[in-house]
Amino acid sequence: MIGILRERLRLGHQTIAYPDGPARFPARFRGRPALDPARCAGGCAACAAACPTDAVLRPGTSELALDLGACVFCGACEEACPAGAIRFTRDYRLAMRTRPELAVRGDAPLLARALDERMKRLFGRSLRLRQVSAGGCNGCEAELNATGNIQFDLGRFGIQFVASPRHADGIVVTGPVTENMRAALRTTWEATPAPKLVIAVGACAISGGAFAGSPACHDGVDGGLPGVPVDLYIPGCPPHPVTLLDGLLRLLGRVEGDRLQLGDTGVL
Amino acid sequence: MSGRVLRARSGEAVRTADVPLLPLDGFQGIVADALTAGSRVVAYFGDAGPDGAVRLTAVLADDGEHAVGLLSTVVDRAIPSLAAECPALQLFERELAEQYGVVPEGHPWPKPVRFERPRRPGPDPWGRAGPLETIPGAYPFFEVEGEEVHEVAVGPVHAGIIEPGHFRFQCHGENVFHLEIVLGYQHRGVERLLEGGPDRRTVARIESVAGDTAVGNALAHARALEALGGVEAPPRAAALRAVALELERLANHVGDLGGIATDIGFLPTSSACGALRAQFLNALAELCGNRFGRGLVVPGGVRFDLPADAAARLAARLAAAWDQVAAAARVFFRAASVRNRTDGTGVVPTPLARQLGLVGPAARASGLPVDVRATHPFAPYAARPIPISVQEAGDVTARARVRLDEAAASAAFVQATLAALPDGPLRAPVPPPRPDALVVSLVEGWRGELCHAVRTGPDGRIARYKLVDPSFHDWMGLQLALRGQQISDFPLCNKSFNLSYCGHDL
Repeated sequence: MIGILRERLRLGHQTIAYPDGPARFPARFRGRPALDPARCAGGCAACAAACPTDAVLRPGTSELALDLGACVFCGACEEACPAGAIRFTRDYRLAMRTRPELAVRGDAPLLARALDERMKRLFGRSLRLRQVSAGGCNGCEAELNATGNIQFDLGRFGIQFVASPRHADGIVVTGPVTENMRAALRTTWEATPAPKLVIAVGACAISGGAFAGSPACHDGVDGGLPGVPVDLYIPGCPPHPVTLLDGLLRLLGRVEGDRLQLGDTGVL
Repeated sequence: MSGRVLRARSGEAVRTADVPLLPLDGFQGIVADALTAGSRVVAYFGDAGPDGAVRLTAVLADDGEHAVGLLSTVVDRAIPSLAAECPALQLFERELAEQYGVVPEGHPWPKPVRFERPRRPGPDPWGRAGPLETIPGAYPFFEVEGEEVHEVAVGPVHAGIIEPGHFRFQCHGENVFHLEIVLGYQHRGVERLLEGGPDRRTVARIESVAGDTAVGNALAHARALEALGGVEAPPRAAALRAVALELERLANHVGDLGGIATDIGFLPTSSACGALRAQFLNALAELCGNRFGRGLVVPGGVRFDLPADAAARLAARLAAAWDQVAAAARVFFRAASVRNRTDGTGVVPTPLARQLGLVGPAARASGLPVDVRATHPFAPYAARPIPISVQEAGDVTARARVRLDEAAASAAFVQATLAALPDGPLRAPVPPPRPDALVVSLVEGWRGELCHAVRTGPDGRIARYKLVDPSFHDWMGLQLALRGQQISDFPLCNKSFNLSYCGHDL
């Protein structure tokens, strides 16, 4: 018993400073991309030719955009661009409320709008979510699990993942929605009492990601759960736990404003 | 194995035409003899054969010789099943039926595997007509009958944040007579998506086969393409890849120790390991920007370097993190309340583990010294061997111990490798794959043996990509470990295996 208490004391306080203080990210972390289409040479499509998920839209034009709903944040486009028109920043804030807003064109921050007053009143201080993995590779699932550990501690904001859709205020979907999970996903959504939220996490759930176009999948929630509006899209492959926190807290109106608080880890 | 088998090393490309094409009875005789003599089946898969028939290829491990044996035969609509004699083949034969419509006659457990669409037109082996029904309804469950027997059904959507699978328990009170696990919910059609490559999409798909094994699968893939292109990754790249592979193992093993503690309700180790796991994920992010090591390993080498001073800083952080893991594990293994739950729980005896062909920590906890890093080593493991961790008991304690011992060995390996990174380039140009070739690339992922068997067509494009995740070998181990256990011990047993759903379902 004494040994256990000693270990507990040695571990100390582990919870990160975010959102009151900065979140620390490695120097090489790839967050929100910043685009400068003015640098694009007409006709060049090196970025699109390198992209594994067709996330680059209108390459070589002044309308260049990067669809974060498809992006797996591998950085291949940045590496391939001869002009430096695409640069990944360390801005971890990536979640948006609608699908078109995920097409990044310049260098503006992505800040998800909060729910309306009624929904905020219902869920703002207590949000219970049911997670459904529908073909997820256990990357997004692992990061969603990590939000519950003592470092990220989602529970301190009144957000909790629950064991039954009957107890939930919404579902969090990961994976490209396989044909073999389509029915179970719909049943889970139907079993969740209204009003309810749908949150799509990761490139697969938003667009199909690396499995877009597979005959065994439905290109994510929009295709696999048709007719059901998505309230929040959180991009990434997988999204960092702080990106998940930021998206959820902005949705609930618990984090506001555009001040970016970034810390360094000091290794590189 | 006789001369009628082509011997090759893991990561060595051979001409497909050199793989012996045997008559079915000769082929099956060699496979059965090898397996009953204690060899392992690495892969056993169908492929497009002549005139619409199916070419069946077996990859047998010759661990003592650091080699694999390759042999093929041509089959059509049915073969005599070997599964009763060689249980390690049971799932491979079912996969062959599902993918190619080849019925294994006399199979003791002839059920679908992952409910994927057949690769060749013809009658359905299960006589199903039209579109497949949803999985649990269309599955012939094994049922125990009797007045006092009851059935418990769980999944596919589980209580926690876990991938989907369906578990069906046949119980007598709290005791489990039998557990049957139905998978396939995660089937994304990975193998077929890889055919026609390699192209810009290939590596991202490989990394998503199992997101917790992104480095392991990317490495097995890269080594396969390097073999087909006739190049080797430079020594510095090989060292950084091995560091990443061991960091992946550390993160997952530490996470699993925490998970086992969570399922016991032993909070000190649960909390500590949950947080400490992040130290190893964050180390991967320092290296390549992604906590799961995505984007690091590419055919030809790695995309990111680690300067000497950063390597030293990273090593110092990892050393401190490991000390904390060791302390958290010490209180875990010393606590009577832990050992009361884990000792003698979920036992897989050695002979059963061998029969089933288990791999990875599950095999090593049951006394089988199988580890690709020792039996099919490549640089830098050949020069800096990692000790294999083996336990005899085959219970939850043994599976937890193996994880801790392996993680300790990985931590020491990472320290030694970071302290002596070879100089030189990070990437070698990879020529296009040579045509009509076959390569078997093995990597010891944190769950066990990852097998990527790649065959190129006459145009040098990938014609067949056979992936075997360690979980494909191991799921039956979990099912049998539950027999005679309390149903309340299922989460604990499940966590002690921690198998992959998506790796199995592909």
